Amino acid sequence: MVENVRELLKAHEGMEREVYLDTENSSMVPQEIVEAMLPYYNQRAYGNPTLTHKPGWEAFEVIMESAQKIASFLGCKMPEEINFTPGETEANNLALMGTAFATKNKGKRIIISEIEPINVLHVTDMLQKFGFTTKKIPVNTEGFVNLEKLKEAIDKDTIIVSISAVNNELGTVEPIKEALEIVKDKNPETIFHTDASDAYGKIPLNVQDLKVDLATVSGYKILGPRGIGALYVKEGVNVEKILEGQIGTQKLWPGVENTPYIVGFTKASELAFQNFETNVNHMQKLRDKLMNGILETITEVKLNGPKGDMRAPDNVNISFLRCEGEALTIELSLKGVYVSSGSACTRRLLQPSHVLSAIGRKFSEAHGSILMKVTRYHIEEDITYVLEVIPDAVKRIRGIVGSTGVD
Amino acid sequence: MSRVPLPYNPKVLDLFRNPKNLGKMEDATVVAVAGNPACGDMITFYLKINEQDMIEKASFESYGCAANIATSSIVTEMIKGISLKDAWTKITWKRVTEEVGGLPSIKFHCGILAVGALKRAIRKYYQNKGVSLDWLEKDLTFEERQALEEEELAKLLAKRMKLQEEQK
Repeated sequence: MVENVRELLKAHEGMEREVYLDTENSSMVPQEIVEAMLPYYNQRAYGNPTLTHKPGWEAFEVIMESAQKIASFLGCKMPEEINFTPGETEANNLALMGTAFATKNKGKRIIISEIEPINVLHVTDMLQKFGFTTKKIPVNTEGFVNLEKLKEAIDKDTIIVSISAVNNELGTVEPIKEALEIVKDKNPETIFHTDASDAYGKIPLNVQDLKVDLATVSGYKILGPRGIGALYVKEGVNVEKILEGQIGTQKLWPGVENTPYIVGFTKASELAFQNFETNVNHMQKLRDKLMNGILETITEVKLNGPKGDMRAPDNVNISFLRCEGEALTIELSLKGVYVSSGSACTRRLLQPSHVLSAIGRKFSEAHGSILMKVTRYHIEEDITYVLEVIPDAVKRIRGIVGSTGVD
Repeated sequence: MSRVPLPYNPKVLDLFRNPKNLGKMEDATVVAVAGNPACGDMITFYLKINEQDMIEKASFESYGCAANIATSSIVTEMIKGISLKDAWTKITWKRVTEEVGGLPSIKFHCGILAVGALKRAIRKYYQNKGVSLDWLEKDLTFEERQALEEEELAKLLAKRMKLQEEQK
């Protein structure tokens, strides 16, 4: 198997330009962030932050400083509200399971939107085994959560509501503040969680303004390292830990703190927020160039998600009709453009992205979808190159499809 | 999003980049389809069959992933110049998978779908002629059944989705 992959990689040799647009699934970590992390492996703070020696105290100091910085970027009341976890998946598991177990005597109902990420969907599926039930709130054709349906769904039995601040596939900026008011109006006891991984560093976000109880953020989604994230837990909100082990500085996550990753996550946050508006404007400009460039030059395409200010500044998601997505990702990879697809091609069960299905895309439209995320490190020439490559790639794949892929 | 690693081998990649016998055939004797766009997998075979029931030429169109394209392409090469009987009895999805140098197990169904489409074409050809032959099984072959199952499943899921849409 590895031999095959080596051959695949050889087929990529001699590329004139490479443009990585798959920050949805993993990120390139910029050198300046890697360099910020390096001293924490073997020069300082490599000790366990709970222990009584210098490298331990150094670790304690930098972890506390990091929590302070991230707390200020998120608009928290205090740094103790930041709980580092090994990533978005773990933070979402902690939010949902931890709340379910902490409040199980109050109710059994969990409410999420239809377009929550897999790491929310699967946790709620799992919680059904423990007697919890899940209600999924529909979204409209642009991915906005139906607030009327949300209102109807909240009852005394509802322990937690989880709605992403920005949908990871569509870039839809959800009306979290309104949603929260609706929820708390009907049941003040209900905990409100938002996965803010795609909002943090991309749109203005302040947990105290929003009044959310729990919020997830992720390292790699802002170009930090993989394997680090955090769950904001508002002061006084009760979440139970979901893993057992040695508890250290992180009350909700056992095990030895990963200091270099925490430092990398913090550095990535600083870089994202240092010139927040400039960064956002830059991403928005590239996003629009990429999005409009495709929509204007290629026929039979559909934009997934909204246009304008209610779309995250980094997200482009387009369905290419009569074009299967996995084939297109390989074709583009061979030209140095790295993207992902909502196609179901890797699954025997044949179901494409649940998010695209939820906004009413037909299966054939979802199979031909491509998701791209721009970053502040991309330059205009990158997008120009992508816009040169995509039309030919789509044309070639459609040439193989011929008359066969028409509904 | 695609998550399962797919280490395609060089032969599959080559067939994906340079598919053989690609495109619609205007003078085809028989045309058969397997899969549908809802599955994300669909193959059309065009066969030109001569009076001796030999496959003179074959071509394909494919809506699908790299494995789908590669297996369809290789089938058109494997059946060129052989009799329909040989194509029916000797071309199995396992042989097709071997010919492309192996596939990740999650992609076996691509080879199955390709052979399903081929067998449908052969069956259709003899049905059109009104001929029944002892080697041509009356019951659907494994590959034809699988293709049908995949199509039915996609229809079912699409129906379920529509129903959910209406309930909203």
